[in-house]
Amino acid sequence: MAGVSSKEIKNRIRSMESTRQITKAMEMVAASKLRRAQSQVLSSRPYFETLHAAINEIVDTNRDFSSPYLTARPAKRIAYVVIAGDRGLAGGYNSNILKLCYSELEGKEVAVLPIGKKAADFFRGKDIPMLTENYCEAEKVSVGDCFSIAKTLCKAYLAGEYDEIRIGYTNFVSVLEQTPATLRMLPLLRQDTGKDARASDILYEPDSEQVFDAIIPEYVGGILYGALCESRAAEQAARRSAMDSATSNADDLIADLSLKFNRARQAAITQEITEIVAGS
Amino acid sequence: MTPFQLKIVTPDGLAFDGQAEELIVRTTSGDLGILAGHMDCVAPLGMGRATIVIAGKKRYAACIGGMLSVIGGHVNLVPTTFEWAEDIDVKRAEASYDRAKQTLENKQSTDTEIRLAEARLKRALVRKSIGVMK
Repeated sequence: MAGVSSKEIKNRIRSMESTRQITKAMEMVAASKLRRAQSQVLSSRPYFETLHAAINEIVDTNRDFSSPYLTARPAKRIAYVVIAGDRGLAGGYNSNILKLCYSELEGKEVAVLPIGKKAADFFRGKDIPMLTENYCEAEKVSVGDCFSIAKTLCKAYLAGEYDEIRIGYTNFVSVLEQTPATLRMLPLLRQDTGKDARASDILYEPDSEQVFDAIIPEYVGGILYGALCESRAAEQAARRSAMDSATSNADDLIADLSLKFNRARQAAITQEITEIVAGS
Repeated sequence: MTPFQLKIVTPDGLAFDGQAEELIVRTTSGDLGILAGHMDCVAPLGMGRATIVIAGKKRYAACIGGMLSVIGGHVNLVPTTFEWAEDIDVKRAEASYDRAKQTLENKQSTDTEIRLAEARLKRALVRKSIGVMK
């Protein structure tokens, strides 16, 4: 007890309390944002899944044409869309997704399209070329933006500027669990399923090539939007739990310091009494 | 008429999931009607009216962008935006129409502004024409 004055302890308790107030407030803000983001994820999921299933079905059964969207090229140049957050203090959210993406693209010829300020800062620091920094703020990117990004990416892909388009995002598994993941958006490759022998008898209106040219950008846009919704919800969830544990840490520290403070106070009183008794 | 399974999903959520008897949508190459037992088919959607017959009753909606797929008897309509006629705010569509028109008439508008305004004008026109059909 000796050495630490009760005044010092009191100051520490006070600063701890104000920090605790901040983390508590951030937790509540994140919790309310999370509720909104969560409902958005739930309502966009059927879209995402139906679109994915329909496209896969077409790709798997397609026999009668080859589209550049469907043929793998040696992946020399890769375009990478990376979705991270705008702000820190979200636990491992930003660093997890950025680390995963960086480990995948390290040493390859890539261009990154960052969504979220943290992603832009990270890749700027690593001197990795960027496609555009127009979509820096993950909070402000809308459905329309997703579709225009998709259009640009598809155009660049068709022009041969990129041989592969990948996306890195964070899956919102639950409020307590978020997993970073990467996904290949283009080209779409046939999965080796057992039902291979089925003949294609799908009618393409007006014709298969035009259908693909129109549908693929929509598909990419839809996937982008879905990934963005997932990432946003994951960010808020990560921030909420990080702030929750920060708040309970602060609680522990305050309790510990209060105990120390009381002991120091008691020690001072005891000492005073001893001195008075000894003096009389 | 024989009903078929119809699912309409948009980025904003599930708009419809159930039995329908007829579906007419505007694809990029014109209107396309779907009845039960339609062959497998895929078509990109344009901008226009979608008519859906559910239990003998016609319902209209504004349906813009996306795709239609009929695979194995399941009809999936995956539009970018889909609004039932009764949900359309005609006043808002009109305001949007006026704004877009102003941008188009303004000689100082940039190319991107004009492109966006054109798209907005088309959407507003579709909404306006369908919004009054409720």
